[in-house]
Amino acid sequence: MEFFQTMELAPFLLSFKLAALTTLILFLISLPLAWYLSQTTSKAKPILEAITALPIVLPPSVLGFYILWALSYNSPIGVFFEETFGIKLVFNFTGLVIASCFYSLPFMVQPLQSGFETLNKNMLEASYISGKSKIETLFRVALPNIKPALMTAIIVTFAHTVGEFGVVLMVGGSIPDETKVASVAIYEFVEIMDYTSAHIYSGIMVAMSFVVLLSVYIFNAKQARKVGGVV
Amino acid sequence: MIKIAISKKLHGASGAMDLKIDLELEEGSFVALSGESGSGKTTLLRILAGLEEAEGNIEVSGEIWQDSKSRLPTQKRGIGFVFQDYALFANMSVEQNLLFVKNDKQLCKKLLKMSGLSELKERMPNTLSGGQKQRVSLCRAMMSRPKLLLMDEPLSALDPSMRNRLQVEILALHKEFGTTTIMVSHDPSEIYRLSQRVVKLHLGRVVEDGTPKDVLLKTSGSQKFSFEGELLEIVKVDVIYIAIVSIGQQLVEVVISSSEAKSLEIGSRVSVSTKAFAPTLSPL
Repeated sequence: MEFFQTMELAPFLLSFKLAALTTLILFLISLPLAWYLSQTTSKAKPILEAITALPIVLPPSVLGFYILWALSYNSPIGVFFEETFGIKLVFNFTGLVIASCFYSLPFMVQPLQSGFETLNKNMLEASYISGKSKIETLFRVALPNIKPALMTAIIVTFAHTVGEFGVVLMVGGSIPDETKVASVAIYEFVEIMDYTSAHIYSGIMVAMSFVVLLSVYIFNAKQARKVGGVV
Repeated sequence: MIKIAISKKLHGASGAMDLKIDLELEEGSFVALSGESGSGKTTLLRILAGLEEAEGNIEVSGEIWQDSKSRLPTQKRGIGFVFQDYALFANMSVEQNLLFVKNDKQLCKKLLKMSGLSELKERMPNTLSGGQKQRVSLCRAMMSRPKLLLMDEPLSALDPSMRNRLQVEILALHKEFGTTTIMVSHDPSEIYRLSQRVVKLHLGRVVEDGTPKDVLLKTSGSQKFSFEGELLEIVKVDVIYIAIVSIGQQLVEVVISSSEAKSLEIGSRVSVSTKAFAPTLSPL
């Protein structure tokens, strides 16, 4: 019990702050991208899809290395942000958010895109025929009809960001209250052989992840009953 | 007047094909579009709706929808479109489906009343039967008071009795609003009942164009009735030959001569007709 009273909650809070911010930013970026990918017949589509899916197959260290290289003080981007806005992009929270956005991009784009692709094309065309623009159709017809996919995209992106480790470690390091998220904290506990803390932290992560995923599946089952198949 | 002069290269199941249509439609008329699948009917409707591109000109009541310089987007054409699979907005109630097109509560109320849907206006589309869904779809298409109503086999997914009832409703709506209508249909009785003109397409060209009577009634000369069917078999019985023909859902036997038996090919389309003075008709 003593441990719980002295337990550091900061790494968890940091993980959730990072995940919430990443999910929000990725939602705004991915919505137009997924909509475009689902509707386009352009020859560039497979290229865009491959780029979007890259973070799934690349080792986090590769991603982390490139982000570090691109955003550090020695790169033009890093210099630009440092000199113009006075913002450093690596080894702080901002850097973590940028890295997470790259790392979790496919987990937002892919469910949204496949959600949009399963929509009845005639339903979208019926909206255009009703005089509605593509944007209005996206928000009033397409999005409300892919709620399960939307829910999956948001939750999985959130959970995936909470669970990231390699990229975070490379781009952020382990600065308490700045870049030391839960997964990094667990790594450090193991390193200093504090297995009790590692157990408790890991247990909490498992429990939370399970609850989150369970709620997604319950929600999707309910939606499937409510809206049914293709109308 | 609606003037259509378009052409488009299609790549269908039977290889490349040129869709080339030149048509003029009277305002307020009801035109049926028929022809085998793959003959370009749906593509023609989609080109008129602006959902697909094609070469040529389309002019509707003096308004240019498409010419060599410009193409009016689908959103601005003011058409109604009824899909075979209804394509209702699954996230909206019956009433919301209609009001989504245009926030005209009075027209919405009138249309729902005309098609007997008033009681169902709060219902979600997935709780409706096929016939009810197609009624909603039809009402939704009328909400914009369209200049042109396009229907792509609207009733082919419904059973015959529901089809009959909806034909009556389509006719009632057409009388009430006087909307120029093009409907794709394969059902001769439906075409006969609803349309004033039939345009038949074959491989992307208009092959027949006339009143339903001229196009659909297959009798010629002194024939009194005539049915089209498929020749299934020719059986030799003693000295005569009997052809077995499938007409609609029924099989009939017809006595033919030996020379006829030699010239006919099993599996071909044949017409069975008679010049009998008074064919007998008995109730079923």
